[in-house]
Amino acid sequence: MEEKEVRLMKGNEVIAYAAIRYGCDGYFGYPITPQSEVMETLMELKPWETTGMVVLQAESEVSSINMVYGGAAAGKRVMTSSSSPGISLMSEGLSYIAGAELPCLIINCQRGGPGLGTIQPSQGDYFQACKGGGHGDYHLIVLAPNSVQEMHDHVAVAFDLAFKYRNPAMILADGVIGQMMEKVVLSPQRPRLTDEEVRERYGSWAAIGKPSSRERNIVTSLELQSEKMEIKNKDLQAKYKAMEQEVMYEEIECDDAEYVIVAFGSSARICSATVEMARQEGLKVGLLRPITLYPFPSKPLAALAERGVKGFLSAELNAGQMVEDVRLAVNGKAPVEHYGRQGGMIFNPDEVLAALKEKFIHKN
Amino acid sequence: MAEVEIKKENLVYAKPRLMLDNVMHYCPGCSHGTVHKLVAEVIDELGLAEKAVGISPVGCSVFAYNYIDIDWVEAAHGRALAIASAMKRLMPDKMIFTYQGDGDLSAIGTAESIHAAARGENVVTIYINNAIYGMTGGQMAPTTLLGMKTATTPYGRDPRLNGYPYKIAEMMAHLDGATYITRQSVHTPANVRKCKNAIKKAFQRSMEGKGFSLVEVVSTCNSGWKMTPVAANKWLEENMLPFYPLGDIKEVK
Repeated sequence: MEEKEVRLMKGNEVIAYAAIRYGCDGYFGYPITPQSEVMETLMELKPWETTGMVVLQAESEVSSINMVYGGAAAGKRVMTSSSSPGISLMSEGLSYIAGAELPCLIINCQRGGPGLGTIQPSQGDYFQACKGGGHGDYHLIVLAPNSVQEMHDHVAVAFDLAFKYRNPAMILADGVIGQMMEKVVLSPQRPRLTDEEVRERYGSWAAIGKPSSRERNIVTSLELQSEKMEIKNKDLQAKYKAMEQEVMYEEIECDDAEYVIVAFGSSARICSATVEMARQEGLKVGLLRPITLYPFPSKPLAALAERGVKGFLSAELNAGQMVEDVRLAVNGKAPVEHYGRQGGMIFNPDEVLAALKEKFIHKN
Repeated sequence: MAEVEIKKENLVYAKPRLMLDNVMHYCPGCSHGTVHKLVAEVIDELGLAEKAVGISPVGCSVFAYNYIDIDWVEAAHGRALAIASAMKRLMPDKMIFTYQGDGDLSAIGTAESIHAAARGENVVTIYINNAIYGMTGGQMAPTTLLGMKTATTPYGRDPRLNGYPYKIAEMMAHLDGATYITRQSVHTPANVRKCKNAIKKAFQRSMEGKGFSLVEVVSTCNSGWKMTPVAANKWLEENMLPFYPLGDIKEVK
């Protein structure tokens, strides 16, 4: 058996390695803290000399997301990465990419907002990632890694889902996941698709030059006839509905749990320690970690509420965003509360446990 | 009168092969139709029909993809050259061009346009400058001449209120990556022929990897200018051309 390639590296660095090894065709980005290592690592690795991957530093996030639009329109596996304010600038492009039904990968290594905010970690972009961000009725596929290994693994998962549904996919990480160093097992190098393979797979829609054998391909989100645009919108909604089968989540100690913490990404990492502490005190606490934030794991949450869980605590590094989806899933069957820190502050496991006790157990 | 037999070998002109039969949405007298025809002719003459990908903008030519029978990508307003940059780098053997108006290229898309030119992307931009926003109903563009009346300068463009017009072609000519910058028009048959040669040269240079090319076409918007097509051509000559003089601005051999 081939020996595994194990490395110690930052979450941001591993994105570069994972992208090259996945056979990514192009990366287009603009520097912003706390994720600049993604492009720095790519430039250092010079994949254009090995796999032929294009790496280009753009003049802005507005430009980099439109470069991604162009690459995706050509049926290529293309990506960008940024952090919160940069994602705001990309939101126009994301709406167009979603509207034109193009596959691509976006990484948001979140920092605290609003505005220029802070360069410290946050989960304040949940709404932006999961509820649109740009204009119009559309959704991204959103994945939330909780480790450097998942940062690596989610690159392939996100690209695969993006192409399966012809939809932009986002890895919603944060400054913790991007900056921390951990052991990671790297995947082997996969070849990039050849022009022939792109033609075979995506030639029916990609703008790659029109052979006389087919009609011209037009990549667009424009349709001025309302009757047709409504049909297009309905098709998009049907696609989002179909995506629900891709829900991924992790349950820790949920089987007998009386109280369930719901947390994603770096928060979930912290809250898994909260569960251990609670169990040591004899409290039956579990953790449900959504791995896909869109589609959201509503059904397992509803099932837990149905089984009689007495309360759900949505622990997030924000003022309460995912908690709204938890409430929708639980649908009044149990109380749902939020605990969060903001502005780049990160909670400790004991803070979450204290919040759980205060909001549910010692409430009366 | 003797009957003239129409034989194919006697034809001196035919609709370009790549022009589709879709009825154009452009106003009668608009320059877009003529420039579309030139682009279609040049692509075919250079044998690039299977290699060309056009990027259409937001503006009147948003529907350019309805008229020329090649693959197209419709861009967000101003972003065409970002899209083109990536497509050319990912498909260097293809002929990637953008087709943009003055609002698209020199207002909302200034950053994308200047930086694509500065990087020396091997793409071509066909730039329709009619000094007005046609699609949205005739508002002031960055290119609107001083004193010119538009929907948002109803008393004429006043530099104290509205700033001055600027020439993005001359700006781009300062950039090392921009190697062929020319300004043309299509308001007379002679100018149409010159414009076609310029477009052909730009497309050839792109395929030779010689850097960024801009073909500006000083154009009429007779609807927006509220003139007949003939009067618009005259107005172009008397007012537009003194400020936007025709000819090659830069050519790096």
